[in-house]
This record gives sequence, C-alpha cells and structure tokens, in this order.
Amino acid sequence: MTDGKGKEMVRIHVMGKTYEVPAGLTIMDAMEYAGYRFIRGAGCRSGFCGACSTVYRREGDYRLQFALACQETVEDGMYLVQLPFTPAPRARYDIEKINPKENVLLQYYPEIARCVSCNTCTKSCPQDIEVMDYVQAALRGDIAKTAELSFDCIQCGLCSMRCPADIKHYHMAQMARRIYGRYLSPVPEHLEERIKEIEDGLFDEELDRLMKMTREELEAAYAARVREESTGSEISE
Amino acid sequence: MSKKGLINGYPAYMRESIEKVNATRAKRLKEGPPPPMSPEEREAILRRNHPDYKPEGKRKLRVGPSAGEPVPHEVADLLEAHPVIDPDSIDLSKVDYDVDVLVIGGGGAGTVAAIFAHEEGIPVDRILIVTKLRHGDCNSIMAQGGIQAADRPNDSPAIHYLDVMGGGHYANKPELVRALVTDGPWIIRWHEEMGVMYDKVDGQYVEAHGGGTSRMRMHSAKDYTGKETFNAIRDQARNLEIPVLEFFPAVELILDEAGNAAGAVVYNIETEEYRIIRAKATVLATGGFGRIHIQGFPTTNHYGATADGLVMAYRAGANIIDMDSVQYHPTGVAFPAAILGQLATEKLRNQGAMPVNVDGEAFVFPLEPRDVESAAIIEECWVKDKGVETPSGIRGVWLDTPMIEEIHGKGAIKRSLAAMWTMWHRHDIDITVDPVLVYPTLHYQNGGVEIDADGRTRVPGLFAGGECEGGVHGKNRLMGNSQLDYNVFGRRAGISAGRWAKGAKLKGLSLKHVTEYEKALGKAGINTDRKAPMILPDYRPEDVRKRHLEVI
Repeated sequence: MTDGKGKEMVRIHVMGKTYEVPAGLTIMDAMEYAGYRFIRGAGCRSGFCGACSTVYRREGDYRLQFALACQETVEDGMYLVQLPFTPAPRARYDIEKINPKENVLLQYYPEIARCVSCNTCTKSCPQDIEVMDYVQAALRGDIAKTAELSFDCIQCGLCSMRCPADIKHYHMAQMARRIYGRYLSPVPEHLEERIKEIEDGLFDEELDRLMKMTREELEAAYAARVREESTGSEISE
Repeated sequence: MSKKGLINGYPAYMRESIEKVNATRAKRLKEGPPPPMSPEEREAILRRNHPDYKPEGKRKLRVGPSAGEPVPHEVADLLEAHPVIDPDSIDLSKVDYDVDVLVIGGGGAGTVAAIFAHEEGIPVDRILIVTKLRHGDCNSIMAQGGIQAADRPNDSPAIHYLDVMGGGHYANKPELVRALVTDGPWIIRWHEEMGVMYDKVDGQYVEAHGGGTSRMRMHSAKDYTGKETFNAIRDQARNLEIPVLEFFPAVELILDEAGNAAGAVVYNIETEEYRIIRAKATVLATGGFGRIHIQGFPTTNHYGATADGLVMAYRAGANIIDMDSVQYHPTGVAFPAAILGQLATEKLRNQGAMPVNVDGEAFVFPLEPRDVESAAIIEECWVKDKGVETPSGIRGVWLDTPMIEEIHGKGAIKRSLAAMWTMWHRHDIDITVDPVLVYPTLHYQNGGVEIDADGRTRVPGLFAGGECEGGVHGKNRLMGNSQLDYNVFGRRAGISAGRWAKGAKLKGLSLKHVTEYEKALGKAGINTDRKAPMILPDYRPEDVRKRHLEVI
C-alpha cells in the first residue's frame, strides 16, 4: 500500500480507530503522525524509562503482544492500545537497616510465594528478561541471581499488570539490586583512600595552582598530559 | 524476522559498503586507530564543520539579564517570548502548597537535591518535587556509558580538572570544575551506599576512557549506567516518602516583594488548572533543551526536554552562561529511520569500535572530545563525501561494533552493552557481526543558568543543579561528566536550599517580574506571538494541526 506518491503506508488501529501511516515509523511516531499528542505514555523515547508500554494484537492472531511504543516499528494491521503506567504498591525499607539474609525479599514481598510458574511475566517483558526465573531465584533466596537476571529492567510494569498472582516483580527486583550493590559487592579500597586524600587536602595546592593559571599556562599543561594506554581489559570476562 | 528488501536489517546497497568494512577490520585492529589531533588540528576542524561555529545559527539576545549574549535562534525564540500566563489573572492569595523547599524537576538533579535538602534537616513533608511527566522521565535515566570519578591511584582530581578544562575550551568556571572533580569519588561512594551495581572484576571497578580523558575513570553499570544509578536514587527518595507531584510542570517562578525566590505557578497538565506553591527556597532541576531541535537536529533527549527552567529563571532575573554552545553527540543512530537520533553510547568507542567511512577506512581517533569527533564525522559525510546515504537521505558513517568482540572476546557486547544490542536487535541488526550507521545528534545543553559552587543563582533563594545550570562544562562537556554533574550540583543545590530555607522569611508573593519582562519585550521592539515555556513539543503533522478545533 502506498500514499499515492510512492510512499509505503501501513494501516494501524489505535484504540478502535483506523489510520494510514508511513511504514517504518515506531508506534509512537506513527500515533503522532495520526494526530495524537502524548501527555502520558511518552517519556525518554529511547527505551529506558518504561513510560510507553503498549499492548497490541495482529489481525488474525488471538495472542496479545507487548512492546515499547518508542522502540517497536508499526506493522500493517496492528490493533494498538497504550497502557497508562499502573503503579504497584512497593515495600518501604531502610537500606541502612536491611539484613541481607536469604529470606529478606520474601519478607518484604511475601506475594512472590504465590508464583505459579506460568511464565506470563516473561512473555510480556519488552526487554526479554527472564522475569519468572528471577522471581524463582528470589524465592530460593538467591539475591545475586535476582539482581543479575533483572538488571536490564526498565520498570514498565507490564509483568505486574499481567501476573495472575499479583506479584510486584519490578519493585522486588529493584530492592534485590540495591541489596546486592550495597551488601554483596564490596567497595574497592582505593575509593576510600582517595576520599580520605581529598578530605585531607592532598590535592588542594595543585588545584589552587591550576585555578590560578592563565589560559596559556592551562593550554600548555593540557598539551603536556600523557594519555594512559588502554589495556583492553576493561570488560569483565 | 527479516523485513521486506532488507538483508539482516540492511538494504543490499549498504551491504556492499559493509563488505568493505569487514575487509579492512583485521588491518585496523592490528594498526590501531589514527592518532589523536593536536590542539591546532582540533580548532581547525571545529571551525570548518561544527554547527556551533556557524554564525548564522545564532543571534544576540535583545532582552533580559544576559542581553547581548549570542545564543542559538531556537533558544532566543524561547527567551524572547511571552509568558503562558497572564500575571494579573493569577490569584496569589490562595496558596495551594506551602513548603520549605520546592524542587522543580523530577529527574536526577531534582531527586538528589530533595534527598540532600532532607539530610540538611528539612522534614520530607516540607519538601515538594514537581515534575512535568513522571518521576524519572528524564535524561539522567537514559545515560548509558558511565560516570567519571578520579579514584584510581594513577589518577587525581587535578588530572580530571585539566581534562575537563581542555575539553571545555577553558571557558569553564574554575570553582565549579573543582567542585565537580573533588566531589566525584564521594559521589561514587554515596551510590555504593544506595546500592548501585557498578561493574567490577575481582572486587575492582572496571574503568575505561571517555572522549578527551587522559586517565581511565569511567565507572559503568553495563550500558545502563544512568538507569541503574537513577533508579537506586529514586528508590531511596521513595523510601524516604518525599512528596512528588507528577504531570505538574512549573510555568512561572514566583518571587516575593523583596525579590527572593518564593515558589512557582504550576500547571496540572491534565485538568489544565494552575496551582500556587509557596516555598522558602526553590531548586531548579529542569534539565536541558534537546526537544527544541537546534538547527533541525534529531535528539537523544527525553520528551520533556524543552528548557522550561531556563525561560522561567531568566524572567526572574537569573543570567545564563555558555548558552552559545550546544553538544551534538558524535554517534546518534542514522539508520534505521525508526530510531533516528537515538543514542549510540560512547562506550561503544571506549571498548574499541572505530568510526569508519563508506570505503572501510578509519578517519578519526575514536575518542576525541565530543565536539571534535562530531566535526570529523560531519566532514567525512558532507565535505569529503565518504559517508553512507540511507534510504531516507540521511548520511552517516559506520561504527565498527564487531571490533569490540574481536578485542574483548565473544559475548562481550551482550555482557557489557546489553542496551545497545537490544536496541538494534529490535530492528534485525546484530551489532556483534555488523557495524552500525551513526551521525551526530543533539545531546546536551552545555551551558545554562549560571551558578556558583554552592548551586546559587543570581536570584536569592533560587538554586540550580544538573543540565539546566551552566558554567561546569564550558563550551563542551566530556562523556561521563553529566552523570557526575547532576549528582554533585543536585546535592550542593539541595544542601544550600535547605540551609537557606531555615533562615528565610518570605514577604508577599509577586509576579511583577513577569509583567516587567513583558514590558521589556515591548521596549526591545520584539513583536511576536510566541509563548514560553514550551512544556512539550508538538510532533503532529501540519495537516492535522490546521484542522484543530477548540470545542470541549
């Protein structure tokens, strides 16, 4: 299908109304092309904030599909519904006072014990996260695994909206990552040493001198820097 | 699934160029990248090709505290515009929210400011965050590559200082750069306390270079650094139960009769009614301006990045600094068109991906400061004619991502660049085997409302932190210093606001400054029907807007 000038168009159905839009646009851009102006349902527009959760169905298919409107390209015959973000209750806790023992996640989110392993959460995740697996890891008390598997979560909430057991996956996983970061991943010693050096004023004299430099002196100092060679080992194996 | 006419995501004619990139990869890996440019070469390529150096892109402001300063036309259009409210029809006698500290903006800087205003002794129910979209719909959450902090033994805050000054063309305010670099390690430790999962191997940080750094000090959390850090910080604010009003953008600052900041007029974007907030101290944390699309560039920025805070603060008497410079990130997505302008993180280059032209030739050192790297890519595409043209007429150069797997081993991309892998995978492109096409994209507001090292603006009681403020980065920000900026100056602004609020005695509320700004516009001969702040961009096509009816 073209628009009469050779531009390829597709037909989409937005909340019951049909529009022709150029092929190749994201769902979000296509809806704007059709005349929608977003207030809700648009945030970072780059796939990181989780504001634009979208549910759609293809013609002739009974299954519901899940996507981020800012990342997914429109297809001919999509039936689209944009979901407003549904807030889920989250447990309040004090990260300072958490005891990172095995049952801590179950203690704050007891509903994870209701998981029936239906895997609906995983199927509805636009980030392709193994959501059910991290819920199971949390049940086993494996905080590190929960943190690792949920790391890419953007908290769009689609998992929690679909869950028959009313689990608040993304809030629980956020807590798991914070506990992991705070208690299970030690802080390198050189960080503490550097903070102490700064507090002791070790760099004050040099910084005072740099701040007083003329433009020419600064340019010379900048040009004299020696760039540290990359070792090529920056990625953890 | 392969879309019509595409071979693994690319049209056949682009595949021909990819073959050339594949053919030169082994040689480029062996020989390494072209050498970094000398200061003279940098200066020359900027003058030839960087959009900031086109005089026709700017004009001098005719009104306000920084009259005479050149800024991009798109910024001048916002500052030389009428308010969206009629000051005389606003009832300031009925105060809807009365607080000690008002934070305008629910992104990184705003959330950090609120937390530290509380640490300074302000009870949470005397703090209020107002935000245009949701708490966290912001640029902070989208940062990918990392955050700088000079914590390794071979590094120091002084070396970091020099990198920042040189990258910013020595225009930066020294006291702000000093605050940035000396607070850096402290901020990383605070993040550790918040539970941020930084990349570590054997208990040590994984630290890398960024464009223009002389030491490896880029801390990362895969390529989700912004998401991981901001989400932990927001979670902390939620645990503290700091109140947040969402979908409530500020549209004008309120001063008191003595000229001190005293709150804001905010707007419920859904019910379309205004509310009055009285506050003893106000923190501006409204972010940047990507959505005003300077010189027509696409942007990496979030939907609400429309420089509202800049407009409001300017009318209230705050001056701006370094607003003549704009950051174009060297590597925005050029193909496919669906994700045009979205970010391809600098981490791709710090892990070894080289920019390469249509013939598979490397043409620039991969980690020049961003303005220089952008200028080199623009030159390659439009002056040397060595770019790759997309089906929609955009030009770009290749970023040779498969090099990352060659250098660091198979699986390196999925392990440490998961967001990038996913973004292109959604469009059938596998970046472990094929390069990606990139071109500069509008990324960051280098300048902003001028602050001092305590986050104070020229308006008493008004503080600022994050992208809306200026002076930290001079004429060009380095990678990883925006994440650091929103933490350092969000914190400093929050502490200063808390301290100020404890001693502040407000007089009667006033919008006289708005009325006077209107008068000044007339006096300067500015006849326009433009209104600002913009709040949200409008991407509906012209034919839809022409048929708009105001019925209900």
